[in-house]
Amino acid sequence: MMNIIGRLQQRLQPLVPGKGLITALPWFWLALFFVLPFLFVLKISLSEPQLMQPPYQDWIREVEDGLVTITLNFGNYMMLWEDDLYRGALWGSFKVASISTLICILIGYPMAYAISLAPQYMRMPLLMLIILPFWTSFLLRVYAWIGILKDNGLLNQVLMNLGIINEPLQILHTNIAVYIGVVYTYLPFFVLPLYATLIRLDNTLLEAAADLGARPLKQFISITLPQSFAGIVAGSMLVFLPVMGEFVIPDLLGGPDTLMLGKLMWTEFFSNKDWPLASSLASVLLVVLVIPFVIMRHYEQKLADREQ
Amino acid sequence: MNQIHSATQEQSWATSEEEPIVRIENVTKTFGSTYAVDDISLNIHRGEFFSLLGASGCGKTTLLRMLGGFETPTSGRIYIDGQDVTHVPPYLRPINMMFQSYALFPHMTVAQNIAYGLKQERMPDVVIRERVAEMLALVQIEKLATRKPHQLSGGQRQRVALARALAKHPKILLLDEPLGALDKKLRERTQFELVNIQERLGITFITVTHDQEEAMTMSSRIALINEGRIEQVDSPRRIYEFPATRYAANFIGTVNLFNGYVVSHENDMVLIHSDEAGADILVHHSQLLTPDMEVTVAIRPEKITVRDHFIDEPNSLNGIIKEIAYLGDVSIYHVELVTGKRVLFTQPNVLALAEQPLTWEQEVSLTWSAYSCGVLTQ
Repeated sequence: MMNIIGRLQQRLQPLVPGKGLITALPWFWLALFFVLPFLFVLKISLSEPQLMQPPYQDWIREVEDGLVTITLNFGNYMMLWEDDLYRGALWGSFKVASISTLICILIGYPMAYAISLAPQYMRMPLLMLIILPFWTSFLLRVYAWIGILKDNGLLNQVLMNLGIINEPLQILHTNIAVYIGVVYTYLPFFVLPLYATLIRLDNTLLEAAADLGARPLKQFISITLPQSFAGIVAGSMLVFLPVMGEFVIPDLLGGPDTLMLGKLMWTEFFSNKDWPLASSLASVLLVVLVIPFVIMRHYEQKLADREQ
Repeated sequence: MNQIHSATQEQSWATSEEEPIVRIENVTKTFGSTYAVDDISLNIHRGEFFSLLGASGCGKTTLLRMLGGFETPTSGRIYIDGQDVTHVPPYLRPINMMFQSYALFPHMTVAQNIAYGLKQERMPDVVIRERVAEMLALVQIEKLATRKPHQLSGGQRQRVALARALAKHPKILLLDEPLGALDKKLRERTQFELVNIQERLGITFITVTHDQEEAMTMSSRIALINEGRIEQVDSPRRIYEFPATRYAANFIGTVNLFNGYVVSHENDMVLIHSDEAGADILVHHSQLLTPDMEVTVAIRPEKITVRDHFIDEPNSLNGIIKEIAYLGDVSIYHVELVTGKRVLFTQPNVLALAEQPLTWEQEVSLTWSAYSCGVLTQ
């Protein structure tokens, strides 16, 4: 009986494309929802704007019977390169993303480290506190910050009542408000992967370091920190990459001098109706973001090899 | 059971007058309501290869971790070289440890691992480089200096761990199951190397092991630990030949035990009657035992001589061979006595293909000398 089932399974094996299908599915997903849309965006970025619907000219046009012209417009990319506004926006996004990532490391590392050192029964509640904000809409939480940061908002009132300041501080609609909003929003994305790395650290490594004469601070610097480097990189990427394209936070909390790519892209798309320019901005952003991602993947691969 | 250490050393530890390098005084360690270590006192002398032997969960590792400073005793004191270290943190103790998992730093090369402890001492770079080279040569892994731990085999990792723990020239080296992760052949070879290194450097080695053969082979003395208490501390030879308790007799090697009571004790000879054996047994024993005291007689299987017919002599038991286990070098025979009790004895297989003189269901008589068995009172 067992023999027959076994032989049947062997016969049916090639008919069930199980393994191939499972690996094909994410590729299919990626192609449908990432590569294809991006090709559209790339196509639009090489066209010329026009005051019609859609607001761009197709670069493949049939002029007469049988005569097809292809007109590629690289003007948008030239403009991005030449106009200070766009370079400024790229720099602005990069600056906000970098500084926010740095602040997330400085605040998030001690948090993740403390949770990983907490007694077993405390860890889950502490992690819940990190995850809890996700239960509320992201937009709502950013709006709440307006209430806290505005001139007659919670923060200013508390500070004035305490007599620390006499006049309300202008925080809302400045870059400081953007940093506060970004760090607040993205901190969990840094803490969680780092925590996952720290909790897996082999405690006997620290005992070995202590045994060899390293005091607690030295143990941390020479063992814990380098061992958690992969977690820092992963967490930093999860902060840096989305902040580069962040639109909602600079739009709601930032001011007129907050120059970021996401906001600019929105203006080009919806206010100026310049789809080709906006598309070229999007393409450039993607290329800029892919580079650090590839670096991270490379690093992760090396790490995975090492753990073999 | 072979022992590497020379026999002349055997008794010197017991009579040593000098301050022991480790003095453990009434140390107890509790986790919640369980006693991991229960009132242990122990002296370990300079230059010893000392083994803490016991089944898993007996508290031997906890005791070792207290010596390393990774656990603090609930009560009692630990002295190292005369200095009270009970509450001294690990990084201030003149002790190094080789961890069971080796605990090599994965992000450092072999050389960096070995140099780690030296760097904590802020030694000059030249000295560190020399010492690392010296250690690499000691454990014969010079070619692996630039490798990372994940590029090494289990045996190589074990050497790196040993080199790292020895690099600071500690007064004492603690070894937690040092050979536990190696396969049998490699383990046997490494046993000899460990002893050679220990004798060359003169450092006191304290090792934890559950493997009685490993402890017997390497140690100058063994502390047998059971349920947080010491059963016996002695040289491998004495612990095997003269076990102090029933537990010790059973844990190390194989033993036949006969429960009985003392009939008489004259001129260092005890006559014991055992209903289990169905006979009187005569044992050489110097400590005075009172008549009617309940005792156990212990006889190792290899101490028994066998004859192929029933005889009637002192210290002889008649029975029938029920089972034979062929182990290659020796065979183990199970003999059922008239009383129903089973007794084990071994015979070396001297001839390769000769007809075995002993076979199943054969009537045999087992005898042994009064000087080859022991009396257990605990």
